[in-house]
Amino acid sequence: MTDSKYSVEVRDLDLHFGEVKVLQKLNINIHQGEFLVLLGSSGCGKSTLLNCIAGLLEITDGQIFINGRNVTWHEPSERGIGMVFQSYALYPQMTVEGNLSFGLKNARVPKDEVAKRVKRAAEILQIEPLLKRKPGALSGGQRQRVAIGRALVRDVDVFLFDEPLSNLDAKLRTDLRVELKRLHQQLKNTMIYVTHDQVEAMTLADRIAVMKGGKIMQLGSPDEIYNRPQNLYVADFIGSPSMNFLEGMYQDNAIRVGDLTLPMDGYEYVNGGAKAGPATIGIRPEHVVTGELVDRAPVHARVTVDLVEPMGSDTLVYGDLAGKQLRIRMDGQARVRPGDDLPIGIDPSRASLFDNESTARL
Amino acid sequence: MADVGSLNTAAVAGNTVEARGPKPKKRLSRNNIILYGTLIVVSVYYLLPLYVMIVTSLKGMPEIRVGNIFAPPLEITFEPWVKAWAEACTGINCDGLSRGFWNSVQILIPSVALSILIASVNGYALANWKFKGSELFFTILIIGAFIPYQTMIYPIVIILREIGLMGDLAGLVLVHTVFGMPILTLLFRNHFAALPVDLFKAARVDGAGFWGIYFRVLVPMSLPIFVVAMILQVTGIWNDFLFGVIYTKPETYPMTVQLNNIVNSVQGIKEYNVNMAATLLTGLVPLVIYFVSGKLFVRGIAAGAVKG
Repeated sequence: MTDSKYSVEVRDLDLHFGEVKVLQKLNINIHQGEFLVLLGSSGCGKSTLLNCIAGLLEITDGQIFINGRNVTWHEPSERGIGMVFQSYALYPQMTVEGNLSFGLKNARVPKDEVAKRVKRAAEILQIEPLLKRKPGALSGGQRQRVAIGRALVRDVDVFLFDEPLSNLDAKLRTDLRVELKRLHQQLKNTMIYVTHDQVEAMTLADRIAVMKGGKIMQLGSPDEIYNRPQNLYVADFIGSPSMNFLEGMYQDNAIRVGDLTLPMDGYEYVNGGAKAGPATIGIRPEHVVTGELVDRAPVHARVTVDLVEPMGSDTLVYGDLAGKQLRIRMDGQARVRPGDDLPIGIDPSRASLFDNESTARL
Repeated sequence: MADVGSLNTAAVAGNTVEARGPKPKKRLSRNNIILYGTLIVVSVYYLLPLYVMIVTSLKGMPEIRVGNIFAPPLEITFEPWVKAWAEACTGINCDGLSRGFWNSVQILIPSVALSILIASVNGYALANWKFKGSELFFTILIIGAFIPYQTMIYPIVIILREIGLMGDLAGLVLVHTVFGMPILTLLFRNHFAALPVDLFKAARVDGAGFWGIYFRVLVPMSLPIFVVAMILQVTGIWNDFLFGVIYTKPETYPMTVQLNNIVNSVQGIKEYNVNMAATLLTGLVPLVIYFVSGKLFVRGIAAGAVKG
């Protein structure tokens, strides 16, 4: 109980399946009441990490602390966690009430206490009318709510979510996402949430851990991850449509891409700044300005439009800049046609500069 | 030449109705005739012997001697059935098949219950609680299914003799339980392995242990597979002759062995009606199991567990 400012601590975690090293020397500290999202494409080890924290996978090396208690050798049920699965994993032969109380009965919680907790969870999740039904008679959204309820009744400090919304249709997913966020604000528990959906990650998280190949590529707030990605992978992975990458030569606080020079005035260098040599500049599609805003941007250029994707709220324009494709996010009301010559403005201080060799942010 | 096209269509359809809605099907098409013709021939081929058996078992011996085996009985008599059940002689006993029936029941119930109980736990452990060497253990068990029974007959005789169960019903129960293991374990392992692993994980987070998960989560949703296993075992054990004749003695002969002794007795005249009745009586149990348990093959028992 020495260091209780962290809710969950993972120290030097190794997990190997035979020869395959899924997680290597992984360290992460999660604060009390934090909503942490593990984000990555499939096979990056995010679900594996969650299963290790839950105790459902035997780890190869390392330690896991929950609330300052070393739970490395504890059973999942002894770790003080509740878990929600992508496939809901409700017990099909039990009623909703049975599903909610199963864990409590196993823990030999007194009957009136079980009833009290089930009632409270059902109230929070608004599933009271469903308590006597079996999972087969519920819709997908209702099932996932019951699954969340099953974690809720356990009265634990840490909630683990394994892609809980991936099986729901788009509309329901958005609704439940908001509900989850509200639930977190209400309960203030620590939540660890695995997803491959960056919108879920951005909207829900206090901090996001972007993972790749069993390693954490960047750990930071959604704002940091989005605006100051620490490497090319994170920059490319976050944002849809993804960031424009223009390769060029860096020299004297400016990068030259083709015959276009982008002065990096106002750019906040990290990792000791940049040396002269090949580098890549990353520009978010929405940071390329058009219309009257062009005059205020430090760099001006013209692109030839070759494809337009209207999406209602905004319009995505594909153009050609210095021989490279450039994606530009414009207002949904903008009227652009392929072949148009479009004046654009770029503010390099909002861009990201990466070293070509190490792919790290400069 | 659009006229020719429409003329053709009209000629084929027999009228000039425009195509709309479901396409009309011809009932007496060539495909249907072949399909139903084959089905009828095959059913007659399989049902005819059964018909002959039932008819013969209801006739008296004089009527059988006339020789019209397909003719329905002129005078229905249940005497052959009574004789087969209670009076037919097998060896020194003359109390019919009833003795064998009760022996078989005493063999069947514990063998089926024990083998399914053990094999389901085996399969569950092998599917969900992988331990070091569990795959090897499983492979060895499966290889057991491919070894011919005949090679094991004599070793089992010695084993049963040494543990004092030779000729005892308990010995035969033991043999049936052991021999049911490979195929049943395979059946249950594959079934449990196909269940969503999240369910197992959720139960672990909920604090259920090995037996808790087995009895309270997995077994309730696995009724169909238990029914399948039961059908397999009941038919297999009830119809067994080899083990029954080797590991028992006349007082403990199962029904199949007794049936053989009745039908194949070389003394006196052949009582075809009694033989037929005895055979039908012996086949009744698996038949009833099929009819009763058919209803239990409920699909979608696992519905609602996962995304649906």
